[in-house]
Amino acid sequence: MTGLSVRNLSYAYGAKPALNDISFNVEPGVFCALIGPNGAGKSTLFALLTRLITSRTGTIEIAGHDLGSHPEKALGKIGIVFQQPSLDLDLTVWRNLSYFAGLHGLSGQAAEASIKSALDRLDMAERTHERVRNLNGGHRRRLEIARALVHSPTVLLLDEPSVGLDAAARRAITEHAHDLCKTHGMTVLWATHLTDEISADDQVVILHKGQVLRNCPCHELTRDKPLQEAFLELTDQGT
Amino acid sequence: MRASLLALRAIVIRDVLRFVHQRSRFVAALVRPLIWLVVFAAGFRGAFGPLTPPPHVTPISYEMYILPGLCGMILLFNGMQSALSLVYDREMGSMRILLTSPLPRWWLLVCRLLSSTAISLLQVYAFLLVAMVFGIHIPLAGYVSALPAVFLAGLMLGAFGLAMSSSIHQLENFAGVMNFVIFPTFFLSSALYPLAQMGESSALLLALCELNPFTHAVELIRFAFAGHVNWPALAWILATGAVFLGITFRQYTPVRSLR
Repeated sequence: MTGLSVRNLSYAYGAKPALNDISFNVEPGVFCALIGPNGAGKSTLFALLTRLITSRTGTIEIAGHDLGSHPEKALGKIGIVFQQPSLDLDLTVWRNLSYFAGLHGLSGQAAEASIKSALDRLDMAERTHERVRNLNGGHRRRLEIARALVHSPTVLLLDEPSVGLDAAARRAITEHAHDLCKTHGMTVLWATHLTDEISADDQVVILHKGQVLRNCPCHELTRDKPLQEAFLELTDQGT
Repeated sequence: MRASLLALRAIVIRDVLRFVHQRSRFVAALVRPLIWLVVFAAGFRGAFGPLTPPPHVTPISYEMYILPGLCGMILLFNGMQSALSLVYDREMGSMRILLTSPLPRWWLLVCRLLSSTAISLLQVYAFLLVAMVFGIHIPLAGYVSALPAVFLAGLMLGAFGLAMSSSIHQLENFAGVMNFVIFPTFFLSSALYPLAQMGESSALLLALCELNPFTHAVELIRFAFAGHVNWPALAWILATGAVFLGITFRQYTPVRSLR
């Protein structure tokens, strides 16, 4: 069963196309970096993958569930970290997570165990009763990743999760996401502008002008040049 | 079914906690109608003379006359406040967390509506308690019989707020809503004066008042305070509430590309 499958997906804002017939798969246990210049269609793709918007053209399958025909089943399998922060600043870390657990049908001891486990995994246990407003940017991001893991999803979607973080925090969450693939067999789709977050074994999907320009392992792009250079050349930004 | 109820509980707890943290909102919700009840009523008491609105058969004080209207005012403001909160959630991103939950979208919106109505109920009964301290009270049974009326009126006005929220795209636009929605809705109703007096001034204004769902919310509560059911008002509230909810469901459907 494929972790994430996108087939012939198109989307347009009125007459302006944003995505044009894109297809790619991400297998379980694979970290897939989605890279593309501004306006490439990454945000539109994330909005479609999370069903904030829908398209009549193409299909999206998440852990074997068609997002169009079985949205509740498919959405139950994904953990999402949006680019824009989405925490309740006036509630505590625990309250933020228990709200999310409730939205995903978890309660009582099951919710408590899942929340504790997610916080432990992200080294956030000691912050449990702090108000989110008092956390720094790195901790807030880690909390958002912990939240995305509370309901034990099989697919993790992260839309530029490292934006605004310092180098250490960026490295920590990138390593953690890679670790989730290796140790939990999770499917990760990680949208980014920053090529240093991508490892040689990762799958890379380059999106450009609403189309998939490359879909291959990172090391295939970096045989004779760094990824950043290869990416700029492919997207005509190198000169 | 269980998952749906757990989501409802999670949303209600979150909204109540947020409300508790915003103490100024709670104080404002109490002080606003109290000023009308204590100050405004003192000034206008003499202007209207004895009032005998249905279902009453003997004259009542002006304070007693405006009590249901002020309960309606709390519901109206809270409905708009929850709309504001929804616009805020949308701008701050937390709305995405709600909308990407594995539950039907219409149910998630109903959960938001029920939770804002629960908060409205708390505010209305807190206000009635304070009004009692000021010597303005209804028969004890009226507090019980008013509960379903206040709840239904709260649902309708909450649905009105939700429908509004879908067309307000920025927080800054909310000041406009205050001026162009809340005040006309409140003043074009039977909250502060009997509609007959409005009719003496203008037939058009009277017609607008009679169409205004808020008028019917106030009358439903007025009748319920006296242990009666105002069936036409109830029907109007259910019908308009369903329309507002329908608009909300439609507006919050995922935007679909035509391609």
